[in-house]
Amino acid sequence: MSILVCRDLCKSYRRGVPVLDHLNLEIPEGKIVGLLGPNGCGKSTLIKLVAGLLQPNSGEILVGGHPVGPESCAIVSYLPERTYFSSGMKVEGLIRFFADFYADFDATRARSLLWDLGIDPTADLKSLSKGTKEKVQLILVMSRRARLYLLDEPIAGVDPAAREYILGTIVGNYAEDASIIITTHLIADVEPVLDEFFFLGYGGHIIRSGSAEAARLESGRSLDELFREVFKC
Amino acid sequence: MAWHFSTDRPVYVQLAERITRSVLTGEYQPGEQIPSVRQLAMEAAVNPNTVQHAFTELEGNGLIVPRGTLGRFVTEDRAVIEACREQAARQLVRDFIENITQLSVTGQQAIAMIEEESL
Repeated sequence: MSILVCRDLCKSYRRGVPVLDHLNLEIPEGKIVGLLGPNGCGKSTLIKLVAGLLQPNSGEILVGGHPVGPESCAIVSYLPERTYFSSGMKVEGLIRFFADFYADFDATRARSLLWDLGIDPTADLKSLSKGTKEKVQLILVMSRRARLYLLDEPIAGVDPAAREYILGTIVGNYAEDASIIITTHLIADVEPVLDEFFFLGYGGHIIRSGSAEAARLESGRSLDELFREVFKC
Repeated sequence: MAWHFSTDRPVYVQLAERITRSVLTGEYQPGEQIPSVRQLAMEAAVNPNTVQHAFTELEGNGLIVPRGTLGRFVTEDRAVIEACREQAARQLVRDFIENITQLSVTGQQAIAMIEEESL
């Protein structure tokens, strides 16, 4: 069964050129999927449409069989590109906030992941560095027992050592039948965690997709090298 | 803890090689339990399905043995381990021969060098 189905999806902002132009895409259960494409190709737009933050101009989105709405939001855990925390809060306050908001939030898991990273739950958010804030946000997002995780650029703002920790946290904290969509342009870093990939060109056109391992076998190249070739400037 | 994978070969093959190496160097002893799919996926930051794939390969050649819900263990069959050792060593030798012949060094000269170097 597909956890996410997009049919004939179109989105343009104001009168501009379409960001997504009749996009068709299906994501099966239990897969980690990379949504890979150059800046401005519509990766974040697609994620926001699935998260329900944007409305499509036309087309259909089904998450676990539900159209985007309260039922889909209850099973989708979304990590935005930017942190959205109010800086007046403490980390512990955020945990309670998430526990109130999401029935599937596992506060014990969140606390144990924070402990692993040595993040003090009584710390004020404004006292944390940008990278630490991103880690806190990822921990909160991955501590939900969601069926679909949408991670928009989860590793862009952190150092290479923390990237590994974050990727490890991602692969270690999802249920086997849940799926994860990761958008990024740092392909070499996320490549080893991906089951499947989509190369998204401008207008959200799918240029190439399939199993990451099969693509490597068939081309004798890494996804990173394939990407450079496909999107050569 | 960083695990580096070369980009030109499947990750599961490299993972399987790495686990094999850990057995051959004695890091994992015969009969010892090896980490779970999830643990290894987290440690190496790779997809759990890739780890599963590597385990399937290693179960295929008998180096690791699944014991149901108990987990996976390094085989206690020394013959299997020695066969893996021989295979890995021969691969190293073949790679060496390929490289050294490209330098126009003869087999005799290479053997002499090995003997000198290993003194």
